[in-house]
Amino acid sequence: MRPLLLAAGDPLLEEPVTLFPIVAIVLVKVVVAFAVLLVAVLFMVWFERKVIAGMQNRVGPNVAGPWGLLQTLADGIKSFFKEDSIPERADRFVFKLAPYLSLVPAFLTFTVIPLGGSFAGTSDGTISLFGHRTFLQVADPPIGVLLVLAMSSIAVYGVMLAGWSSGSKYPLLGAVRASAQMVSYEAALGLSVVTVVFVSRSLSTHDIVAVQDRLASWNLVATGFVPFLIFIVAATAELNRPPFDLVEAEQELVGGFHTEYAGIRFAMFYLSEFMNTVTMSAIIVTLFLGGPQPPFHWHPAGPGWLWGLFWFVAKLFVFLYMYVWFRATLPRFRYDHLMDLGWKVLIPLSFGWLLLIATLRIARDQGWNQALTAVVAAAILAACWGLFSLALRVASRHRRLEGTAF
Amino acid sequence: MGWWQGFLVTARQSRVFGGQRVTTEYSAGKYAGDAKIAKPERLHGRHVLNRYEDGMEKCIGCELCAGVCPARCIYVRGADNPPDEPVSPGERYGYVYEINFLRCIHCDLCVEACPTEAITESKLFEFSFTNREDAIYTKAELVVDDEGRPRQLPWEDWRPGDDANTSGWMRATAPAGSAEFEGRVAWSGELGYGVRAPEPGQGQPGQDQPAGTGPDETGAG
Repeated sequence: MRPLLLAAGDPLLEEPVTLFPIVAIVLVKVVVAFAVLLVAVLFMVWFERKVIAGMQNRVGPNVAGPWGLLQTLADGIKSFFKEDSIPERADRFVFKLAPYLSLVPAFLTFTVIPLGGSFAGTSDGTISLFGHRTFLQVADPPIGVLLVLAMSSIAVYGVMLAGWSSGSKYPLLGAVRASAQMVSYEAALGLSVVTVVFVSRSLSTHDIVAVQDRLASWNLVATGFVPFLIFIVAATAELNRPPFDLVEAEQELVGGFHTEYAGIRFAMFYLSEFMNTVTMSAIIVTLFLGGPQPPFHWHPAGPGWLWGLFWFVAKLFVFLYMYVWFRATLPRFRYDHLMDLGWKVLIPLSFGWLLLIATLRIARDQGWNQALTAVVAAAILAACWGLFSLALRVASRHRRLEGTAF
Repeated sequence: MGWWQGFLVTARQSRVFGGQRVTTEYSAGKYAGDAKIAKPERLHGRHVLNRYEDGMEKCIGCELCAGVCPARCIYVRGADNPPDEPVSPGERYGYVYEINFLRCIHCDLCVEACPTEAITESKLFEFSFTNREDAIYTKAELVVDDEGRPRQLPWEDWRPGDDANTSGWMRATAPAGSAEFEGRVAWSGELGYGVRAPEPGQGQPGQDQPAGTGPDETGAG
């Protein structure tokens, strides 16, 4: 019997709730997670600027603080003191609300990420605080993955309402693009997450991490790489990061949805964008790379939670660097190509892969011949893919004959 | 080139893999304190009005500089020299001479137009004012002092060498750039400096080649 729905897994909350230390520990965890995320975002902005400067033969920020580390702080302080302008034709309430709508989901997603904790032996990813065992994550709801998906969907409201409430052309265009893009890629994102949930047999982020105790059982391998690749592409689109940054395509839309924003409100959009990058990388690490789990059964001496944190940060770095690398390398997609990729490639592919994984699961559970099932399933999928491509080709020929094709 | 090779191109720019930085840091690097990098020899900065070695002003108030100025930032009014106390060696002198540095684009056309090399440019470009009056330099601020040095105003950031080479070098060659004139001094002396030496690297007197045979003549025209 689990006492609280939103605290199912955490052993801390199965004890009787007292002000001290139970509530205190929860509060401490909230504050620490908040601070860690903010510092991580400050660092990420600096990291991105520095790395991309390196890739473009520039120097990057180097004046504020050692190696320019405090540049983000300086920019933030500057934003605070800048004039906070609201366009005359803006919907004032929504205009002020939108930055929070994009900042808060970015924070909330981070609460379900397991940041560390030792998985050696029977400790099950817990640490000991004031004599109480607890997870190194703010909350472990049994529907953690759904929360992640819900928050990434809500984040689009911030972008969309910002563009709409500005009372200006370019932000509106940016907002329309944003919502269309998010809707298109949310499906592929969700379907690849479902594959992970299938394999892990849980929606709780802690449980998903707990089953990935070595490289072979990382979901990256267990789901067969394809959902991982789809997730990375869809996540990049979801984050509106290059090459999917059509939402704020400078050459076409000035600044996209945040064209009319200035000062601290703009800073909040900027912050939430980078926060989303950090959070999304953390989600990738959690879902596919085992979060704080080491790649093999290796639990050296020293505090286990520190090693967990080390593995988590090391994996996080890979993806942060990847996003910067994408930005430095890839040119922006054309809009129809973006839609083609989302609807005609990623969604069918992720759906087909989900069916394949499901079939293999059933085959294992029912004791069918696995190899034969795999071959038959793959053949059926290939046939479906052929039919699908045929349909696409016919449709595009019809459009061309009607003169409506591009 | 496959699509993935683009990733290698960007990754290779890292300093770890021998990528070069092309940035020249204006402040000579973070740890150089207040130091600035050396300025180019031909930098166009704040103007000065020169004087002859005997202290006479070179400006004759002909207004050619004002006429040629594309930004219309120069205002000159000439006046007849007082006979008993002449300001310039000619008939007339620059009675009013003003440059509005809010408008000046430092194109140096005034320097090229000037028939007496009266106006040249120093290498000072770091000056900022807090009101319009400061931005409009009058003759009192533009004319060099009794040692031939530009007057240093409180809002200007003079560094050693900024006043060493005003653009007198321009007259080191003929206006057409003919090699015949290379290395020949073709400008008058200045207060405090005397006759400036020809620009370095332009050959020595007596070693001039006839026009049209120099190695630089062919392509450069």
